[in-house]
Amino acid sequence: MDNTSAGAGFSGPGLPSAYFSPASSSFSDFVRAAAPELLPGRQVSAGAAGLDVPHGTTIVALTFAGGVLIAGDRRATSGNLIASRDIEKVHVTDEYSAVGIAGTAGLAVEMVRLYGVELAHYEKIEGVSLSLDGKTNKLAGMVKANLEMAMAGLAVVPLFVGYDLEAEDAKHAGRIVSYDPAGGRYEEYAGYAGVGSGSLFAKSALKKLYDPDADEEAAVRAAVEALYDAADDDTASGGPDLVRRIFPSVITITAEQGAVQLPPERTAAVAEAVVAGRAEHNHHRAS
Amino acid sequence: MTMPLYASPEQLMRERSELARKGIARGRSVVVLKYAGGVLFVAENPSTTLHKVSEIYDRIGFAAVGRFSEFENLRVAGIRHADLKGYQYDRRDVSARALANAYAATLGSIFTEQLKPFEVEVCVAEVGASAAEDQLYRLTFDGGIFDESPFVVMGGQTDPISTKLKDVVDPEHDLRTALATAIEGLRATATSSNGNGASAEADQIKLEVAVLDRARPRRAFRRLSGAALEALLPEPKGDEPSGEEKDGASEKGSSGGTAEKE
Repeated sequence: MDNTSAGAGFSGPGLPSAYFSPASSSFSDFVRAAAPELLPGRQVSAGAAGLDVPHGTTIVALTFAGGVLIAGDRRATSGNLIASRDIEKVHVTDEYSAVGIAGTAGLAVEMVRLYGVELAHYEKIEGVSLSLDGKTNKLAGMVKANLEMAMAGLAVVPLFVGYDLEAEDAKHAGRIVSYDPAGGRYEEYAGYAGVGSGSLFAKSALKKLYDPDADEEAAVRAAVEALYDAADDDTASGGPDLVRRIFPSVITITAEQGAVQLPPERTAAVAEAVVAGRAEHNHHRAS
Repeated sequence: MTMPLYASPEQLMRERSELARKGIARGRSVVVLKYAGGVLFVAENPSTTLHKVSEIYDRIGFAAVGRFSEFENLRVAGIRHADLKGYQYDRRDVSARALANAYAATLGSIFTEQLKPFEVEVCVAEVGASAAEDQLYRLTFDGGIFDESPFVVMGGQTDPISTKLKDVVDPEHDLRTALATAIEGLRATATSSNGNGASAEADQIKLEVAVLDRARPRRAFRRLSGAALEALLPEPKGDEPSGEEKDGASEKGSSGGTAEKE
């Protein structure tokens, strides 16, 4: 058969041969092979430390009876300036997981976007979604890949929440996993966690407010209270802005609903109640 | 020294086409049709894990017939194509048209360059914002691309199914009616090849059903299985009109041996 090309690969204007490699179900592995310039954190310069890029700040997460939630303030700062008043720092990443991000905003948002694609990509190719532990390990790998940038001062620290469909006790199937800039992965068995500059104050507040058997409503209230405390003492965290109508964003994950972002009216109502509660408290003390 | 066998390009193409066509006709059929709420995929598939129908992207679905390993390669490549494009630009920039063109080019070059063509036929479907924007593309093994409406039939004996569906598929139908129509279409082959007694067997067709549901917020693709599918299936009929229709399936020559007339 001289008049046929018997080469293993094929050329032409169709899909590139890298698209047909049987190697991996991972989107980032595929991008690394097919279009490496699209991956975040490729060009590192040591001088990045001096760069005044926007940073995101406080994220809190806590479990409740039958689910888990994650909430974040809306501020990004650049040095002593407010870079953004209404940035979204918590994101739904798939049907039963969500990620909040603190650290360099630009890199963090890109990382979450890639992570969301990664989870859906795996699910589509394999026909089943990753296990909850698989998802958290994947995120650890992505944080680790950013280590060089972190050394240059551009750290990204995510906070992961997910609902474990395989858990034995459906009431306590909500899980929280935190990370350090080097990619360390830590499951938060206490039932609450926080990251970002205001997390010290937020966690102190949650320590008193947290109730593992609370319902969703009470848990949302506790999260917003904690964010209020963070904004109270940390200049880089933004509190509820009643003038501009900017309120914390909250994502809840339950078995029935999956991961959903609470509608702004609901977070507004909770935040207004928190602010009113604090005002009343101060009023009593003053009189 | 032996001379290499000479075959004219024309003959080569013809032989490859025949090979692919035979391979595709040997399998079971897939029907893809438009309905009021989006696009419905119904495949005859004895396996519950080796899918013929799959999600490609938020609004794009994929159905294929033929050799599993070959269309599985295409499916994975399509997901990679779509995800990469959506990541690089925006989720809205991923379209079925671009994917169908890439598939067509790939299948075309495989057909002309490789010793053996892919024995597959593929349908790429997309739901738009309204029913008028729904798209169905059919890709053939030689790189042909066809914009079809309102339905696509691929694999196995397509002619009796097309004949059956031609007058009854209506993009205005609801999901339940559309599913009943598709199943009736798939049964047309079973009855035509086996004559009587086939309807009972056809009732037990193992189905793989999925929809691209326009109403779903982001990812429109949803598999229907188990209780959700049971609830939508038409009531099993006791007496199917036997020996539905026969002609058409001639050149494909299926396992049942297509008798010209009963």
